[in-house]
Amino acid sequence: MLAWIGRQATSLVALVGRAAQFIWSILAAIGDVRTWVPLTAVQVRRVGVDSIPVAVFIALFTGIVLALQSSYTFTGIVPLYFVGVLVGKSIMLELGPVLTGLVLAGRVGANIAAEIGTMRVTEQIDALEMMAWNPVSYLVVPRVAAGILAFPIIVALALVAGIGAGWLTSISLLDLSTQEFVRGLRMFYEPFDLSYPLIKAASFGAIVAAVGALHGYHTRGGAAGVGRAATRAVVMSCMLILVFDALWAVILL
Amino acid sequence: MIRLTGVSKGFGGTSVLTGLDLEVPTGTTLAVIGRSGTGKSVLLKCVARLLYADAGFVMVGGEDVGQADPRALRRIRSRMGYVFQFAALFDSMTIGENVEAPLRREGVPPTEARRRAEAVLERVGLGGSADSLPAELSGGMRKRAGIARAVVAEPDYLLYDEPTTGLDPVTTAVIDELMVGLKRDLGATGIVVTHDIRSALRVADSVALLHEGRLHTEGTPQEIRDSTDPLVRAFVEGKSELWPEHSGPGR
Repeated sequence: MLAWIGRQATSLVALVGRAAQFIWSILAAIGDVRTWVPLTAVQVRRVGVDSIPVAVFIALFTGIVLALQSSYTFTGIVPLYFVGVLVGKSIMLELGPVLTGLVLAGRVGANIAAEIGTMRVTEQIDALEMMAWNPVSYLVVPRVAAGILAFPIIVALALVAGIGAGWLTSISLLDLSTQEFVRGLRMFYEPFDLSYPLIKAASFGAIVAAVGALHGYHTRGGAAGVGRAATRAVVMSCMLILVFDALWAVILL
Repeated sequence: MIRLTGVSKGFGGTSVLTGLDLEVPTGTTLAVIGRSGTGKSVLLKCVARLLYADAGFVMVGGEDVGQADPRALRRIRSRMGYVFQFAALFDSMTIGENVEAPLRREGVPPTEARRRAEAVLERVGLGGSADSLPAELSGGMRKRAGIARAVVAEPDYLLYDEPTTGLDPVTTAVIDELMVGLKRDLGATGIVVTHDIRSALRVADSVALLHEGRLHTEGTPQEIRDSTDPLVRAFVEGKSELWPEHSGPGR
């Protein structure tokens, strides 16, 4: 048991060390703009545009369920227009960015880890180095930049989809008019409610891309190693998203 | 000239190379042979500083590779061509784009890079494959594409990691002829890491046998053929019963 704890502690310390070194190498590579800027547009499409359908799908059903569950909870106690308050606040402040982040951790994080991991085990990263490319500038920085740029856009679309689905559910399945729903939606609205999820989304984008790249970059052991890297990237990204979600709440709310 | 002096490298407490001394005079090719796991590929990666040697010096063209700062390392690597064991072609690029890549990195204009890439692909017998993706090629074709990418910038140093492993004898002979022809045309100094003794004797000016991370013997192809050393005989004749330990890999 003690040996197991010792091994876990050692591997955790090693992971933290690798992560710190990796973050430093990302920061150092930012100056190499001639390499990473032209590659970022492609990554924005892959990370962002291709992820929109799944993010909107999740948000639509979240909006429907939130409207129905809040109506069920409020019936007879709280005025029904509070459905708009709950749908709006819940989706904007928490469920929109966090659920989207968790889903994209699976889709984008695993993809980045597997792609870079495959390049590592097939020596393509060594080939980049031999051509005097900095692999971090070439592979990692464009993906992290794309995550930071694309996640807020995806989350913004998810917010629209989620609140829209909540509104449609309210007027079609609940005894609620559009005016009542909008009244609830605007009741406790603050402009910061919109910038808060976008700030969170940008940080989640950086986390998902950087963690995926970190695990991919240090992949060892062929196809099995690539699989392990993808799994670890998803698990670690999800955990960090939840940690940072709490952190942002403490700092910004 | 490439010179290794007292180079040692280990992984997780296991020593792979131990105090290795080697010298490859300018314009010659050294074949490094040895059983799987004796550190041949590690040696090559230390020369290109894809791995850091734990001890010793690696000098390439008079420059200390281990001490080179990023700018100097980039300069040294720009004079090297590295043929990876499994070609390491970029999957997302066509064969033509792969071969153009080193030239584009050096700032060669796109039309000139394309022209030179096509000429090199023609040279390695892949004239019609520039628009193919790596996944669409056979193993031998991928190796030749990897060689084309390594030589397109006309490097002074060529490092081959198992260039004929996994290929049939005919394709192996084609790759060997290609390596000999490129050495003649470019005059490059080369290291060929292989466990294919026939290939080594065909392409090299001298052959070094690594055993358990140490240099066991070195000589011209003729000296290796005529050697009475049991390890060398085991390798030349391909008979495991001549190998001293007989039972398994060296490491």
